[in-house]
Amino acid sequence: MDLTLLLIQLLNGVQYGLLLFLIASGLTIVFGIMGVINLAHGSFYMVGAYLAWSLTAWTGSIFWALLLGVPLAAMLGLLVERLFIVHLYNRDHLQQVLLTFGLILIFNEMQSIIWGDDPHSVPKPDFLQFSIPLTEVQSYPAYNLFLAAVCLVLAGVMYWVVQKTRLGMRIRAGSSNPEMIQALGINTKVLFATVFSIGTTMAALAGLLAAPERSVYPGIGEQVLIISFVVVVIGGIGSIKGAFVGAMMIGLMDSLGATILRAFDDVELMSGLSVDNLTSVTVYALMAAILLWRPAGLYGRAH
Amino acid sequence: MSTRKTYSRRGALGLMGAAAGVGTLAGFTPTKFAIGQQAKVRVGTLLPYSGTYARLGEAITNAMQMRFAQSKEMIGSREIELIKLDSEAAPPKATENTSKLINSEKVDFLVGPVHSGVAMAMAKIAREEGVMTIIPNAGADQITGPLCAPNIFRSSFSNWQPGYPMGRVLGAEGKKRVVLCYWNYGAGQQSAQGFKDGFAESGGEIIKEIGVPFPEVEFQSVLSEIASLKPDAVYTFFAGGGAVKFVKDWAAAGLKDSGIELTGSGFLTEGVTEAQGAAAEGLRTTLHYADTLDNDVNNVFRRNYKEMWGSEADVYAVQGYDAAEMIRVALEATDGDTGAKDDMIKAIENTVYDSPRGPFKLSAAHNPVQNFYLRKVVNGVNEVQSIAVEALSDPAKGCRLG
Repeated sequence: MDLTLLLIQLLNGVQYGLLLFLIASGLTIVFGIMGVINLAHGSFYMVGAYLAWSLTAWTGSIFWALLLGVPLAAMLGLLVERLFIVHLYNRDHLQQVLLTFGLILIFNEMQSIIWGDDPHSVPKPDFLQFSIPLTEVQSYPAYNLFLAAVCLVLAGVMYWVVQKTRLGMRIRAGSSNPEMIQALGINTKVLFATVFSIGTTMAALAGLLAAPERSVYPGIGEQVLIISFVVVVIGGIGSIKGAFVGAMMIGLMDSLGATILRAFDDVELMSGLSVDNLTSVTVYALMAAILLWRPAGLYGRAH
Repeated sequence: MSTRKTYSRRGALGLMGAAAGVGTLAGFTPTKFAIGQQAKVRVGTLLPYSGTYARLGEAITNAMQMRFAQSKEMIGSREIELIKLDSEAAPPKATENTSKLINSEKVDFLVGPVHSGVAMAMAKIAREEGVMTIIPNAGADQITGPLCAPNIFRSSFSNWQPGYPMGRVLGAEGKKRVVLCYWNYGAGQQSAQGFKDGFAESGGEIIKEIGVPFPEVEFQSVLSEIASLKPDAVYTFFAGGGAVKFVKDWAAAGLKDSGIELTGSGFLTEGVTEAQGAAAEGLRTTLHYADTLDNDVNNVFRRNYKEMWGSEADVYAVQGYDAAEMIRVALEATDGDTGAKDDMIKAIENTVYDSPRGPFKLSAAHNPVQNFYLRKVVNGVNEVQSIAVEALSDPAKGCRLG
């Protein structure tokens, strides 16, 4: 294990973390502001990825797919909020989990019917087809860097919207005291519908952007769902800053942490269990440690 | 396999219906079968008909129906009835579903499943109940190892099997430093063990084992680590979406031109080369089947399958076809008497037969003894290069049969 490898793993971790942030930020605002546990969040990521595949095939470019896919995803989010989520606002978490779990099953079945069960790849744009040499053996795909840059820009835009705009002010107010903003005459019905639609669109956008890098196949939504929840819980529910920090920690843990642990694959903790076997649990161990230290997450407010 | 007619889907159903009618008129009475000779032989399939593995379940079922339609005259007067149950590839539901087929549906044969987790639960019940069971895919080593049973057969492979030949091939080519990289669960670990056993004799060294939590597909950091180790070759176990992503990431990271050879069990390039595109070109894998396998049985099999079902046959169809062949052999030996279990078991055990995959027989542990082919992706097709290991048998550690 040399310095070059550690630096490359740092890059890998940051890039993965940025993508995780994009997915998890939508989940944390829906969870934090509306109090809704949306298990179907990963399904919107899946829809985004499949939209990337079919729209790219249709229009010939991922950029057209993004342009068409984002409004489609926003409308889908709005539709789901109006039809289903609106009934959940004053219900307990169990009912939210049941309904949104049901939505996962429906989305998966729709995916199977509309798009089939074969894995597909989405072509990268021509000018991002190349890779940048890092070492004499490995190079870095330009698209991954592009993806990281886009995620950074989006994070900046979100920071600006939340901190500097009227909508952002309402979102922050709704996050800290929903009853009060209602009493102040803000239409929470519109606010909630907007927030849910933004949240799910963020997930779909992540799916659209990631599709050329990650390919498209059944079950990708569930893959990102659990790790997104880990990010949200580590960062503190409702905190976008927390989601950013949490996503970075998970990203680095997954790349840098795993590499360091794997360097000790000859050290046995107990019979049949060496240190490198721990790579699959590090992320969850990190979450547990942070929750012990700060039960509401890094930037969460204790209720 | 005396007649080689072509079948359409509807035609096949019609033929099977007619066969039942003829049986009724003739009033045929099998020797060992006194009462209820008109009853159909009940074959229960516990296969995934929904979800990620739905296509596998469908291919297996289609090929079974094709085999039964072709061989109706040999099964005697007893028509085959398929009772299909969706396993959903869900291990938690396996016990209930298996019991349902055995106790409520009273099946004579149980065929399934695809998923190894489902197979472990199913095999346990099948052992206790003694029902004739044929596993057309799930490769869990234990089923033809410590959990083997007289009434349980496999028409596919053990997870160990496709790994071993790749180890032999790379060893013989003088590869010295190899990295293993696989999804860290039963199938991946057993596949890696097979590779290690095959590679061990060559004097080469496994310099690193990287287990990726199943079903994670975040490979960037794994690839960086492999690049820094600069091994001669890498052996992998990934399938489906994970296989697509690994192969594409490998190429995007520039490793395809790095002198490190990417290899794997055949599942790395099975049914996914279209999605992998150029990234898959030239990849070498080992498996017990390849679409381009040029023998008479395979050519006829593929032609018939395409005519009957409108799609290309694959390795799963072959495994379903051979599962149905085992049932046919058992029924032929007892003139359709499904009560004579010992005779049926003996008949299946003694089968030596030309499968579309090549010569096929069963080991004492009831796992196929079969050729493993070295394949190479050329223009998106897994082309056979050579026989990597002939008539390979699983070590079946812990099995007390035979």
